[in-house]
Amino acid sequence: MKRLFIALFWILSLPVFAQHTADTMTEASDSEAFKPGEMILHHIGDSHEWHWFSTDNNHFTTYLPIIAFQPGKSVEVFSSKHLAEGETYNGLKLEHEHLVAEDGGKVYDFSLTKNAFALLLSSVLMLILFISVGNGFKKRHGQAPRGLQSFFEPIIIFVRDEVAKKSIGPKYEKYMPYLLTVFFFIWFNNLLGLTPGAANLTGNIAVTFTLAAMTLLITLFSSNKNYWAHIFATPGVPKPLLIIMIPVELIGVVVKPFSLMVRLFANMTAGHIVTLSFISLIFIFRSLAISPASLAFGLFINILELLVAILQAYIFTLLTAMYIGGAVEEHHHDEADYQMEGDHIAPTAAH
Amino acid sequence: MLTQYDVSLTDDPPMNLVTPELGLIFWQTVIFLIVLFLLAKFAWRPILSSLKERETSIENALRMADQAKLEMQQLKASNEKLLAEARLERDRILKEASAVATQHIEEAKNKATEEGNRMITQAREAIQQEKNMALAEVKNTAAQLSIDVAERILRRELTDAPAQQQLVDSYLKEVKLN
Repeated sequence: MKRLFIALFWILSLPVFAQHTADTMTEASDSEAFKPGEMILHHIGDSHEWHWFSTDNNHFTTYLPIIAFQPGKSVEVFSSKHLAEGETYNGLKLEHEHLVAEDGGKVYDFSLTKNAFALLLSSVLMLILFISVGNGFKKRHGQAPRGLQSFFEPIIIFVRDEVAKKSIGPKYEKYMPYLLTVFFFIWFNNLLGLTPGAANLTGNIAVTFTLAAMTLLITLFSSNKNYWAHIFATPGVPKPLLIIMIPVELIGVVVKPFSLMVRLFANMTAGHIVTLSFISLIFIFRSLAISPASLAFGLFINILELLVAILQAYIFTLLTAMYIGGAVEEHHHDEADYQMEGDHIAPTAAH
Repeated sequence: MLTQYDVSLTDDPPMNLVTPELGLIFWQTVIFLIVLFLLAKFAWRPILSSLKERETSIENALRMADQAKLEMQQLKASNEKLLAEARLERDRILKEASAVATQHIEEAKNKATEEGNRMITQAREAIQQEKNMALAEVKNTAAQLSIDVAERILRRELTDAPAQQQLVDSYLKEVKLN
């Protein structure tokens, strides 16, 4: 257990130091035209190549496969090396990381970008980790948990008891796989995003959009008639007001997952931007004297980001569970109902 | 110093950042669904089911312990009840036995008294009988004696008949009175 903690702290503290050195190395090379905005956006954005670091003479880069689909043409798969430094290959080129056709035709870009590749890696990591934990449960059936099993068990129980059971109610079991997967997916990728050279996966709007869309779809598909009754005939609201209430409630259906998408994206991206901005200060002021303050602030923000990593995973999972809970909730008497019932009962009693 | 550098974000359009890319949405959907499916089947299902199983087994064990405790208490209570009953029974038997004993003694006493009385009565009757028999014998003897006397008188004095007769009568009367 102690060894595990030490390993964990080591892994968690790794990005703090390593990222700084990586940044200094990258940026030192082109110090004469340092543009922090560009550097930061390059770091948090997606890319068709995995740029590790550069020295004065060399770029250490892994070229990822480009998969392009142009309507009317066959699917093309080739290495992004052919497109490096603005080169053109098979009539395709990269403009600000956007794949465009030279003849101006439409291109659908399904490339395994840096984020897609990071997604694959983290997925494999999750599969190995949790399937081994699952096997541990099968192997040591009815025995006390050990190793990884005992590290993840309390977290799984926390998600089950504090998130799913409390927010969804008795029907929680059906949604457990999604909630657990989403929780660990976000947490792991948040942490991986903080490691040096890694992709900012959970700070990518496409990823958070997909996750939020899945939450929306699950909510809609598991909704019962009470959910829709609440939207189209909000209890306790006078009929004329429904003209306003129905659109508001319908917008609410979409706004809820939209907020999930923006919250995760903004939190992770903001953390990266702030950390990188502090590091950039050294290069903006061109002074070594600023580096202690810069590093201290960067370190602080990075430690904070470790907390934010699990917090955002928790918030996303909790809100997803609450939205599902709202959709599957059975009818209950709220205040408005009691008042209406009271009005009905009163004249009967007077008779 | 700061003015030398372009700190703005305009070089790379920031819209890039908030525009979801189709390719990544596609990969995210496909890979996430595969991961979800595989984890649900090979990780979450065994984990959640064993957790549930363990919880139910712990719950059962606790419930059974409670039940055992309750049963122990019941057993203890019933033991005590049995003991109390046994004590009561013992007391009752002792009481009954002493009552029976007293009764026996009483009966024996009564019987003895009765027997004594009976024997006394019998003795009395026997005495009375003996007395009567003795009296009768005395009477007979007296009569015999009188007859003997009379015989002797008769043998000696036959002449003076009426005087003799008178004498005999008077004797007889005297005898009767006795």
